Amino acid sequence: MSATRGLVADVVRSSLVDGPGNRYVVFVQGCTFNCVACHNPHTIPRRSTASSCWRDVDELVEDIAEVAPFLSGVTVSGGEATSQWQFVCELFGRLAGDPRTAHLGRLVDTNGDAEAFVWHELARWMDGAMVDLKALDPEVHQTLTLRDNARVLASIEELNWLGRLHEVRLLIVPELNDTTEQLAATAEWLARLDPVPPVVVLGFRHEGTRPAARHWTQAEPRHLDAVVDALAAHGVAATQRPG
Amino acid sequence: MGLDGHRSLVRSIVEDPSLTYRQRVHALALASENLLDPPPVSEACTSALDKGIICDLFEGNAPYRPRYTLPDYERAMRQGSRFLELPAPQTFDEATTFLLALYGSVPSITGYPVWFGNIDRLLAPFAAELDDDELHARLRRFWVLLDRLFPDAFAHANLGPGDDRVTRAALAVHRDVHQVVPNLTLRVDPTLTPDDLLLDAMRTVAEVAQPHLVNHPMMVADLGDDYGVVSCYNSLLVGGGAHTLVRLNLKEVAHRHAGPAARFVTETLPWYLELTAELIAARIRHLVEEARFFDHSWLVDEGLLRRDRFTAMFGLVGLADCVEHLLDLDGAPGRYGHDDHADSLAHDIVRTAHQLVDELHLPYCDATGGHALLHSQAGLDSDLDLTPGTRVPAGAEPELYRLIEAVAPNHRHFPSGVSDIVRLDETVADNLRAAVDIARGAMRQGMRDVTFEVANGEFVRITGYLVRRSALEPAADDEVRHSSTVLGRGSFVHAHLDDRVAQRVRSHERDPRSGR
Repeated sequence: MSATRGLVADVVRSSLVDGPGNRYVVFVQGCTFNCVACHNPHTIPRRSTASSCWRDVDELVEDIAEVAPFLSGVTVSGGEATSQWQFVCELFGRLAGDPRTAHLGRLVDTNGDAEAFVWHELARWMDGAMVDLKALDPEVHQTLTLRDNARVLASIEELNWLGRLHEVRLLIVPELNDTTEQLAATAEWLARLDPVPPVVVLGFRHEGTRPAARHWTQAEPRHLDAVVDALAAHGVAATQRPG
Repeated sequence: MGLDGHRSLVRSIVEDPSLTYRQRVHALALASENLLDPPPVSEACTSALDKGIICDLFEGNAPYRPRYTLPDYERAMRQGSRFLELPAPQTFDEATTFLLALYGSVPSITGYPVWFGNIDRLLAPFAAELDDDELHARLRRFWVLLDRLFPDAFAHANLGPGDDRVTRAALAVHRDVHQVVPNLTLRVDPTLTPDDLLLDAMRTVAEVAQPHLVNHPMMVADLGDDYGVVSCYNSLLVGGGAHTLVRLNLKEVAHRHAGPAARFVTETLPWYLELTAELIAARIRHLVEEARFFDHSWLVDEGLLRRDRFTAMFGLVGLADCVEHLLDLDGAPGRYGHDDHADSLAHDIVRTAHQLVDELHLPYCDATGGHALLHSQAGLDSDLDLTPGTRVPAGAEPELYRLIEAVAPNHRHFPSGVSDIVRLDETVADNLRAAVDIARGAMRQGMRDVTFEVANGEFVRITGYLVRRSALEPAADDEVRHSSTVLGRGSFVHAHLDDRVAQRVRSHERDPRSGR
């Protein structure tokens, strides 16, 4: 039995958009970033809110086991999954040890803002992390997230070294992080990783965002096509996914 | 209907601008068949039929061919056909020519064959001579002819459970041609059907809403290895079929019940099951003993159909409405698919019906133990305020897992098919693996039939058949090439098919207007 609890913003028992296959998704409450473009801003505050609640690991494992025959895996998203990494570790460890759920993949959807030791702890049970790289340029990153990106870049390298980098995601906000120079630099940085991880390009949309983000341009298919082409010109094959 | 009534019916068919020539011929044949009196049954049975409690699905008053036939095409291709004056085919082109000639002679209620056979298995031996491009081109021409010669979306081809070049080519062609014919079923076996084939099937579902999936091990356990899925997901024996399909409207039965719900399954339901069986028996006797189909058919002479491979289908419809009414009578309201006590009553009704139908002896049903096979009948074009089969009402479906929890326990009781449709969000097109997960999971939970529909697709699934969305919109008296599109148009409007939430379910069978 485990009494470990997590502050959870929501769970979705069947998601087609949070990793490969049909997945159970736990959205933890609380994020270390404060992205202007966040489309779930209610999950940002790192405290109990009207919509969040404390959930026992035991109770979540039971709920997941109930629908496990229909799942490829479980994804912990957020908020920021690593802001409650002990809870995630405990949940993944329990899922791995339970014969009803051991077959499920275990992924984390993260902003990458975590120390190396957190990834080492998680790597015991986690199959991979889907890491957002909001911008390679520290200043642009600051504009988008109100935080620095040094730890994000270090996390991507660390996860790749651990063999736990499922994919790197580039959320494209037109005119902000898709300039020719930035894309060239990003592609070169990604191409230096060994192995080069899968790269996914997503487009910024207004749905769910706060008013401050509404004056930014939404990404259209042509923007994403241009990004994929620019990355390809520097030897990085990226795939597009609907935002 | 008196002679004057018949004259005006015939006149209206002759002058109906919405019918093609062939559809008119079919409607005229049915009208003339209906000049005869139906096979005699008891007064109670006639009364239940008149009130719509029992329904023969407007097959016609004088059954002269079985409702569903599944000729043994494998045998035909091995031995050739004397009647068709064709030797056993030796090449791929000869094989498709042979099959097209044979399909043209298959009797059915719709006038078109309901089954094209296990297409990949039939053609695989002839495909070795062709490279991939040649195979695709030839199979594509064959597919186009199936649709143009047999334009009825009930006409059904089967694939799997194993993987083969022809299986893959058939799925690729199906994605290529965007036709509603053939209706397509993939037989799925956890040990024989690889994930990669299922992914290919899901890619096809995302594009053209086919194929339907059937739980192969479950079918083999009930009907043996040699079964086929025809029409609206009706599973029957190859070399045989179903003499007839009669359905019992559970909603109407519930409205004739008084007292506690518990007495429904012990008193009211058994009585109406017996009346339904009486009608089935009378219709089978007419087909076999009066019309003597099995004495006159060349398909029987050549061993492609055998009377001892036939059975009858016993349909149930309106389970959800029945449960709701009974619980209201009990003063304990509840909805099937949402409330545990409602699910429990629904499962009781289906289990009891299965048990009792198995005990009701019917003539010429030796293939299935001398009784009919229970079938969850997905509705008629003319149904109003009646929930198809044993589905949760359209628009009121709960979330995916809750829906499956409600419907899956019924599936084991319907050996001749049950259609529950799972509607998926269109994002599944970018994550086909998710559809494979859900399909595998649903079958693990005991679902026999799984049909996916992807939101806002080009095709709308009316029952077990598809209609192109655009074909539902033009003015009602334009001629429509597919017979089933005419049916679909009514269903789409009547059953509110487009305002259902994700994961859904429905089906139908026939158009009553050409019958009565």
